[in-house]
Amino acid sequence: MTPPAIVARARQVGLDLIAIADHNSAGNVGAVKAAARGSGLEVLAGMEVETREGVHVLCLFDESGPLGALEQQVHAHLPLRENDPALFGPQPLLDEQGQVVGECTRLLLTAADLSLSQVCRAAADLGGLAIPSHVDRKGYGLLGVLGMLPADLELAALEISPRLTAQAACRQYPSLRGKVLLGGSDAHRLEQMGQPHTLFRLQAPTVGELRLALRGEQGRGCLGLEGGTA
Amino acid sequence: MTVAEMVEQLGLQVRAGTGRLDRPVTGGHVGDLLSSVMAKSAQGQVWVTIQSHPNIVAVAALLELAVIIVVEGVEPEPATLARAQEQGVTVLTTTMGAFETVGKLYQLGVH
Repeated sequence: MTPPAIVARARQVGLDLIAIADHNSAGNVGAVKAAARGSGLEVLAGMEVETREGVHVLCLFDESGPLGALEQQVHAHLPLRENDPALFGPQPLLDEQGQVVGECTRLLLTAADLSLSQVCRAAADLGGLAIPSHVDRKGYGLLGVLGMLPADLELAALEISPRLTAQAACRQYPSLRGKVLLGGSDAHRLEQMGQPHTLFRLQAPTVGELRLALRGEQGRGCLGLEGGTA
Repeated sequence: MTVAEMVEQLGLQVRAGTGRLDRPVTGGHVGDLLSSVMAKSAQGQVWVTIQSHPNIVAVAALLELAVIIVVEGVEPEPATLARAQEQGVTVLTTTMGAFETVGKLYQLGVH
């Protein structure tokens, strides 16, 4: 999944807006944003953070700057361990042409010593959106790990995994009724990209617009989840 | 045995829910995945976990567990302790790991 291939595939399957959200890392976001320039595809700067509790949270920003600040905080709270490429695969850093320009050597495949609340607050303080990932998954999903939605956490939206439609998710998890649900492919391979996806009505492809859309304010809206194999 | 006896025998710290140390402990459960704990634990059990999130109080209250032991020196979040005190859920801590804690509980006859 090189930056040019991601951009080409996204356009091929009809996507207008994607987020790059690697696990505990923002290292390749800039390259994808650069590769997307002039293509008609917009790319949000994201990261999927693993919290202390073992919950995955999508943190989305417009630009790499604020995302980088969050990445610094996350990395400051990761255990000091090196990645083992033989066990976990390589962690290459690429440029916008897809050439390898470096390697991230720290172990990213673990939890940051930051609570779910702390991660959400940190993202919000930096102007980003925090959306718990695949909440229906037993592994790393908010409902699986914490049993129920936390009482005092204000969430703009919740992501459900590709295995469920929004309707099925609300049937299985009544606490999701009335919540804003969204979903994406969570693609780890090019072929997975595009299904499912979420439709939004926005005036611009920005986090600010998404925030309005998730609240249904000022004519923006989240129009629902589509596609997938559910 | 009661929670108070368990605290004494294992040298545990009482961090919240001091009002119900007389509760009997009728079994145990270990787990950090709360959805699984909700499905598998039972009333009156001691729950051993490294989770420190306030939701552990909700789970313990819901399942009417006797007590929670947060192990490995993990510090329960302030909101967790506050909620536990409010709801009368007893939260204990220890620097012992989960394995040692459960082993000792089992030896004391908790099962």
